[in-house]
Amino acid sequence: MAALTFHYDVDGQDFSSAGEASVAVKKKLRQLGFPSDVIRRCSIAMYEGEINMVIHANGGTADVLVEPEKITIILEDHGPGIPDVELAMKEGYSTSTEAIRTMGFGAGMGLPNMKRYTESLEIETEVGVGTKLTMVVKV
Amino acid sequence: MTVQALAEALCLTPLCMPEPDREVEGGYIGDLLSWVMGNAQSGDAWITIMSNDNVVAVAVLTDVACVILSEGVTLDGRLRELAEKKGINVFSTELSSFAVGAKVAALL
Repeated sequence: MAALTFHYDVDGQDFSSAGEASVAVKKKLRQLGFPSDVIRRCSIAMYEGEINMVIHANGGTADVLVEPEKITIILEDHGPGIPDVELAMKEGYSTSTEAIRTMGFGAGMGLPNMKRYTESLEIETEVGVGTKLTMVVKV
Repeated sequence: MTVQALAEALCLTPLCMPEPDREVEGGYIGDLLSWVMGNAQSGDAWITIMSNDNVVAVAVLTDVACVILSEGVTLDGRLRELAEKKGINVFSTELSSFAVGAKVAALL
C-alpha cells in the first residue's frame, strides 16, 4: 500500500492558529482507525514541532506520511537553525522570550517531548539556513 | 462521573459544554502547555489559569474530558466559540487550582 500523505503550511505570523495542522492530523488518524496511544504520540510530537516553528522560525511546512506500520512526520523551516542541538535537547533549556512564556510555552520541553513520544527523531539543522525534523511513530 | 455531574457538584460556571456526558477519569493541574501535553491523560479534568487559544488546542490533542479555569479566569466570546466548535468542555471557578483539584480528587 502506498503511503497516504498530508501537507500543511504552518503560519508563522499567527500564534493563535498554531496547532491547527496537528489537530487536523489527529482527526485524520482517528478516522483511519489508528490506536489512541499512536494518535496521541503523533499529535503531541507534531504540535510541539509546530509551536517551535511558530516561536522560532516564522513558520514552515509539515508533511505527514501515513503507512500501516508507521507514521512519519517531517517538519521543515527556514528559521535561524539550532546552534547547539545537544543543549536544545535538554529538558528545561529554552531560548523563548518572556512574551512566549506568558502564553504557556517556553518550558524547554518541546524537543524532549518530541523525542519521548516518537521512536526516532532526526534533526538536520544549519545556523542561518533552517531546520528539518523527521520523526517516526511506530504503530 | 460525567463532566456535567462534576460541574454541578463543584458549582463550576459552565463557559461551554458541548459534551456534557464525557466521563471524568482523573485530573491534572498545570499551566505550562508543553508540560501538560506530555503529562495530562485522556479523560482528565485539566485545571489551569491559562486562557489563550493554545489551551483549546492542547485540550483537543490530549483529549481531556474538560478544562477548569481556576482563580476566576474566564474565556472571551471568540474562544468560547472555538472551544464549542472543537467539542471542548470549559468551566470557570473562583477557587484556586489547589482547592478545585482537591475537590475533584475527592469526588473521583
